[in-house]
Amino acid sequence: MLIYKATELVNFAQGDLLMLGAFVAYMSVAWWKLDYWVAFLIAVVVVGAFGALLDAVVLRRVIGQPQFAVVMLTIGLGAMFRTFASVTWGSEIYTLPTPFGGVTTIGGVTLSHQYLSIIVGTLLLCGALYVFFTHTRIGVAMQATSQNQLAAYYMGIPVKLIFSLIWAISAGVSAVAGILLSPVTLIDTNMGLAVAFKAFAAAVLGGFGSIPGALVGGIIIGLIELYAGATLSEGLKNTAPYIVMLVVLAIRPQGLFGTLARKKV
Amino acid sequence: MRFLFKTSYEQDIGLFRDRVDAFWYGLLALLVVGLPFVIDEYYVGETSWVFIYALCGLSLMVLVGYTGLVSLGHAAFLGIGAYAHAYFLQQGLPWIAAMMLAVLITTAAGFVVGLPALRMTGIYLAIATLAFAVIIQEVFTRWESVTHGFAGMPVDKPVIFGVTFDDDRSFYYLCLFFLVVALWLTRNLLRSPTGRAWIAIRDSEIAAQSMGVNLAIYKSIAFAYSAGLMGLAGALFAHKIAYLAPDIFTILLSIQFLLLVIVGGLGSLHGAVFGAIFVALLPPLIAILRDSIPDSLASFATASGITPIGSLGAAIGAFLAKPGVEAGIFGLILVLVILLEPLGMYGRWLKIKLFFSTFPMYKRATFKRQKSYMRSERLR
Repeated sequence: MLIYKATELVNFAQGDLLMLGAFVAYMSVAWWKLDYWVAFLIAVVVVGAFGALLDAVVLRRVIGQPQFAVVMLTIGLGAMFRTFASVTWGSEIYTLPTPFGGVTTIGGVTLSHQYLSIIVGTLLLCGALYVFFTHTRIGVAMQATSQNQLAAYYMGIPVKLIFSLIWAISAGVSAVAGILLSPVTLIDTNMGLAVAFKAFAAAVLGGFGSIPGALVGGIIIGLIELYAGATLSEGLKNTAPYIVMLVVLAIRPQGLFGTLARKKV
Repeated sequence: MRFLFKTSYEQDIGLFRDRVDAFWYGLLALLVVGLPFVIDEYYVGETSWVFIYALCGLSLMVLVGYTGLVSLGHAAFLGIGAYAHAYFLQQGLPWIAAMMLAVLITTAAGFVVGLPALRMTGIYLAIATLAFAVIIQEVFTRWESVTHGFAGMPVDKPVIFGVTFDDDRSFYYLCLFFLVVALWLTRNLLRSPTGRAWIAIRDSEIAAQSMGVNLAIYKSIAFAYSAGLMGLAGALFAHKIAYLAPDIFTILLSIQFLLLVIVGGLGSLHGAVFGAIFVALLPPLIAILRDSIPDSLASFATASGITPIGSLGAAIGAFLAKPGVEAGIFGLILVLVILLEPLGMYGRWLKIKLFFSTFPMYKRATFKRQKSYMRSERLR
């Protein structure tokens, strides 16, 4: 699963938001006996609202500080979320019951419905986000805000509102990711961390700020991991994606689809 | 408030600003040297952690605070230093030689990592160093002929010229010695053309390049120097921890080092030391609080007759005893520092100092930051 990036904010707490989303969904299903889809909706809305709240309370204050401050801030927030989760839900591992049971055979390849749900969900989400960012007024406004806040403000864009919205969407998307992922990775407090690092590798490989780039990066990372696991030794399976990423970055520092222009002086 | 008029070149190149400064630092030196005779042996050991962390902080401060390059993989350099040192010691090399080789190897590793880093900025660099750290950690696990993998690698007590540093007190002085040497070296380096070039790069790469600073060379030097310091810290770290395993040198350790420099205060050597004090002493402090808060609140409750206070104390104690709470407290402090005091503990220290030196005239606005708006770091 991928982290979408059309904003310049780099969120290291994304993985932990993903974890929170999975936990909220689990809680709704297992404790309150709700339907899967209702739980899905609740989790996305709750985590999305939480993201907006986070922006309003914490992250708005660091606007204007270097990117690095935001990175460290989100690392700190992520640590807090993990602690919160481990205190609230304990360190046991949960499984989320899903309605995706059986398997389908397409062209000789057998796919379980769980994996199918992940693939379809990802494609739908990415398509929706792509359209949103390129074809709606708010989406374009978000892109403008991420490039230059002051200029966007002059153009009449409500920058603060846009920021809260960006955070809400970003958190909601990671909640979706968390729910889709939960049958595969199981739910525990550290599930976000491992996913987040890989997702960052994917995003960097594809180039930040480019949704198709992130998608391609994710596919590349996933495939490399799969093939390295099948053909190479155990140690290389975990490191191969990172090695490839380093090589790509050494050749193209802005990632495969990134844009990096130097200011002409 | 004192104003200093420099009248000779010696004043300009002196290590301390004036006699008053030198006096205070002398007092600090006396205090640090005398400390092991006053406090308990356990706390002497904890204090040598402060020195080792300060070395790590110094290393990261050069890179993050002075050159403006963010690294999320410094635990890897620490690991390389520690493993190299332990390996050469096992091969029977004398301590000094093993330590120097470890520093050399990490310096070389830093240089190599720095090469691709020259073209990357900001978040790309952070992720690239993170990838490097993951790879190195895997190497520690797999290269069993040298590192012994998860079986671990014991490290003996240091023996230098026939002198064994076998108790906490003597090791304290060893760490102190290397910290002072590193501080002195770094302080002088930062005042030299190299240091000024680093600061110029941090403030604006384009401006630095226009003024004739060779970005590639100075960024590589920063990476290599920073890694070398980390290697030195790693050699001491190996002795302190006495048993090396690959799962010590994780990303979380790297993040802890970043926390150290930020909480301490970016862009100052004082900050590295302040941050080290904070990071090394917070876990014992939490442990002490965990044990003492329930008891003291319970006795207060029986004395005052308000029972909820006692149960509150018990709840706090139980909360602090849960696993993972420490990381959350670190995270909370990190968030608060970035929000409220971006210059860290050193910034606060400067404010307090200014408050007293200008006593009735202190103005809050002195430290008011200019409001700036974020612009894309992608298109510059």
